[in-house]
Amino acid sequence: MTELAIDVQQLVKRFDKKLAVDHVDLQMPRGKVWGFLGPNGSGKTTTIRMICGLLEPSEGKGYCLGYDIQSEQAAIKLATGYMTQKFSFWEDLSIRENLEFVARLYHLKDAKNLVSKTLDSLGLASRQQQLAGTLSGGWKQRLALAAVTMHNPQLLLLDEPTAGVDPQARREFWDQIHLLASQGMTILVSTHYMDEAERCDHIVYLADGKIITQGTVQQIILESGLVTYRSNAENIRELAPLLRQQETVEHAAYFGAALHVSGPDKTALYNTIKRVAPDINWLEVETTLEDTFIALTKRAGLNKEHL
Amino acid sequence: MWAILVKEMIQMRRDRVTFAMILTIPIMQLIVFGYAINNDPKHLPTAVQIEDNSSISRTLLSALQNSEYFSFIETANGKTKSDDLIRQGKVSFILTIPAGFSERLIRGEHPQILLEADATDPVATANAIAKFQLIIEHALAQEFKGPLSYLASQESATEVIILPHYNPEGVTAFNIVPGLVGVILTMTMVMITSMAMTREVERGTMENLLAMPVRPYQVMIGKITPYILVGAVQTLIILIASHFLFAVPFIGSLWILSIGVGLFILANLALGFTFSTLAKTQMQAMQLTIFFFLPSILLSGFMFPFHGMPEWAQVIGEGLPLTHFLRIIRGVMLKDTDFNDLAPEFMAIAIFLVVVGTLAIKRYRQTLD
Ligand SMILES: Nc1ncnc2c1ncn2[C@@H]1O[C@H](COP(=O)(O)OP(=O)(O)O)[C@@H](O)[C@H]1O
Ligand SMILES: [Mg+2]
Repeated sequence: MTELAIDVQQLVKRFDKKLAVDHVDLQMPRGKVWGFLGPNGSGKTTTIRMICGLLEPSEGKGYCLGYDIQSEQAAIKLATGYMTQKFSFWEDLSIRENLEFVARLYHLKDAKNLVSKTLDSLGLASRQQQLAGTLSGGWKQRLALAAVTMHNPQLLLLDEPTAGVDPQARREFWDQIHLLASQGMTILVSTHYMDEAERCDHIVYLADGKIITQGTVQQIILESGLVTYRSNAENIRELAPLLRQQETVEHAAYFGAALHVSGPDKTALYNTIKRVAPDINWLEVETTLEDTFIALTKRAGLNKEHL
Repeated sequence: MWAILVKEMIQMRRDRVTFAMILTIPIMQLIVFGYAINNDPKHLPTAVQIEDNSSISRTLLSALQNSEYFSFIETANGKTKSDDLIRQGKVSFILTIPAGFSERLIRGEHPQILLEADATDPVATANAIAKFQLIIEHALAQEFKGPLSYLASQESATEVIILPHYNPEGVTAFNIVPGLVGVILTMTMVMITSMAMTREVERGTMENLLAMPVRPYQVMIGKITPYILVGAVQTLIILIASHFLFAVPFIGSLWILSIGVGLFILANLALGFTFSTLAKTQMQAMQLTIFFFLPSILLSGFMFPFHGMPEWAQVIGEGLPLTHFLRIIRGVMLKDTDFNDLAPEFMAIAIFLVVVGTLAIKRYRQTLD
């Protein structure tokens, strides 16, 4: 058994002229929960698709669970579970029929029993005849997770699994993910949400097809070397664009009603904000993951504001 | 309202398949209806059996030839051979001028002249039959000059006998109802498969399917098989209706027809599958189906007589599986045509199936690119 669940080198994917994934290296050990972060269109989905053999890389090579991603797709498909970005069921099949269909595709033994057990553990046993299309967002997500884990894969790839799901359902979903991880499953989750990123053992941050940074949350924040000030004052609405123009400021952005300003040099940053906005109260706070990503994205020469 | 109008126009232009269809369908229709379709079919293939080698016979032949309704492509000799030609669908008519025709004509004995017709498609042959007697009389009138002028005063010098084979009453339903099997199969088989595949793509379930351990040919066979049954049931329903409601005869072999139906269903399913690899949405799949369906019904000989069409339209028609299927089903049901005679039609559908099936598998990729 190879040590690494995912081991890809210099992966490149081009669509016509567009470079969607730009020389990505990824070495992910088994048994961990890794987060895949990045703005929309940064290449997360494309990378995941190449890892599980759904897209042919334009350049580079790699292994998924020890299988070559370019020639052993069949073996990869059997050993991984991939929940696609818009995992959609066959909406005109019932909940049970969907699960049975998936179970049969994987040639699982005793499919009927397995599906019954899965339905029980999901708490959907009483609604098994309901059409999948009529489920609410949170339930759909849970059912999708059950569907891609029924064959007990070694590696689970989840592409934005909680997009559009309410916070309560998201928390429960993550509890489920950690439960699976504790049973030894390797899990790669792509997400938009910072709070979800903070629940991962390791984060890979992608922007414009390139890996900008990776590590644990603490590592990433620490390595960025950023200092952050926050203000909750009333009259800060027009300040951010002004602050962004300052040389010592790496990023200035609103977090709810508060304004965060970050920069690498504490004294220089403090002097700047005092000069630009002298009448306002500033408080030094711990740099958050989001501050770091905004700043790092800018450092990489990419002017993407939005995560 | 203006905003919606502008938005629709932009969307219509973006959807290239739809846009292309909007432009090509009317052009196709115009060409087909304007040039290919002719309700006065001419140049119908005719076999001649001339037992009277005389100048009068030759005059009659050239008059018929000049009328453009008849096109002499075969010479028949003996009764058995001539019947075969109609059953095999090689000719629409057999013209027989019996031995001693000109002598008896000169003696004023009203000799017979025989036109046997393939009446399975009464519309195709109606005009030619209607004109036949006129052409003969007109030609003879030219001959009856000088020494033969005494014959001109007679009401009719010959007795024209028209013998319609296989559908003597000329019931059009006999021709149309079997054809409907082919038309309905074409429409439903192509549409159902092309839509069933594009539906997966459109709803995003295709990626789920591809991420699971299943091979392209398995997807294809799995998707197609249920529809083979659907096609078989449809055929059965129409055949039962054709028997009980329209009293269409079924004199041939059910086995030969079953093979034909099976092959034809497969060919259409393969085409539907190919369309599904071209279309991005169900709407486009539907349009491609219609794009194929129109020439199929218009140029296959279903709606309009095949021989009434110009050469180029017949060439296109030969490329359509429906054309060959119509010959099989009409031949088997109405004329008891046997397998050997239909072999070229089976072959044509089989070639279509292989070509289109290969294309479908080539185009259907296991990956998403
Ligand atoms: N099939 C495709 N054809 C062309 N461009 C694509 C295709 N899939 C993705 N892209 C482009 O590649 C880039 C990366 O997309 P994606 O991997 O979906 O990003 P993410 O999942 O991080 O939002 C985007 O700019 C997207 O437009
Ligand atoms: Mg994505």
